[in-house]
Amino acid sequence: MYGWIWRQLPGGRGAKVLGCVLLLAAVLALLFFVVFPFVEPRLPFNDVTVDPAGVSPS
Amino acid sequence: MNAARRAISALGELLVTAGVIVLLFGAYELWGTGLYTAAQQDNLRAALNQSWAAASSAATPTQGPSPSPGTSTTPPVKAPVFDITQVPIGSGLAVLRIPRFGADYQKVIVQGVGVEDLKRGPGHYPGSAFPGDIGNFVVSGHRTTYGAPFNRIDELKPGDPIVVQTATDWFVYRVTSSEVVPPTATDVINPVPHHGNEQPTKALLTLTTCNPKYSASQRLIVYAELDQRRPVADGPPDVLAKG
Repeated sequence: MYGWIWRQLPGGRGAKVLGCVLLLAAVLALLFFVVFPFVEPRLPFNDVTVDPAGVSPS
Repeated sequence: MNAARRAISALGELLVTAGVIVLLFGAYELWGTGLYTAAQQDNLRAALNQSWAAASSAATPTQGPSPSPGTSTTPPVKAPVFDITQVPIGSGLAVLRIPRFGADYQKVIVQGVGVEDLKRGPGHYPGSAFPGDIGNFVVSGHRTTYGAPFNRIDELKPGDPIVVQTATDWFVYRVTSSEVVPPTATDVINPVPHHGNEQPTKALLTLTTCNPKYSASQRLIVYAELDQRRPVADGPPDVLAKG
């Protein structure tokens, strides 16, 4: 997988390294700003209130 | 053979990637969410200070320096008094301080206990009493993520002061007890905890959070009772000076 990506990146070694860094930054930004904030409220780590159903809104 | 080897190698890369993503998610939960809450708390504190200042300046008849005509960016006249009962969901209503956690421990309590409210700070249960009132002032907060305001409330001991600052007063509550209850134990937030329709006679403060840490299987409840009421004009209560 990663080997394939490396081969697809254009240019010489330096350009490929730069491409890797950019790709990595894009993936990290996607994870931290989109995926994680979306997933986080759906996990039960943060139920701090009490409510009759036991399924807390928070 | 070559194809099989390539497939296994790709699978390995996928698994390593999945592991790294899970680790990153852990980092996000522990630290990333705290950055969000810290920024929100700064906003809330600024907004609260502004509306408190507006309320107190409106309360005193003396006028400050009249604004020059060119810079009339001040909003039109607000409500003359900061009415804590009218704070909208998601806005700050008071400041919580717990001297045991250090002088830096100052959290703006927001109105509401919805997901978005609690991301911003500890939340006041709508419908429960307001600070200093007879009844039960109930505040929920995150134990682990989003700044983890209630991370250490298990360390509170009976007699520990919990200070709530409003626009007009300092309220010093003293911890009376704590307990661990199932998430369905809604009677802890009653005006008289654990009692149905009993008429409250005491001004109580109840903190709720999840228990154990990183879990939602139980709730940790800390009870406190009002000990002292002090007008803001008289300066911070003694318990803060020591902290």
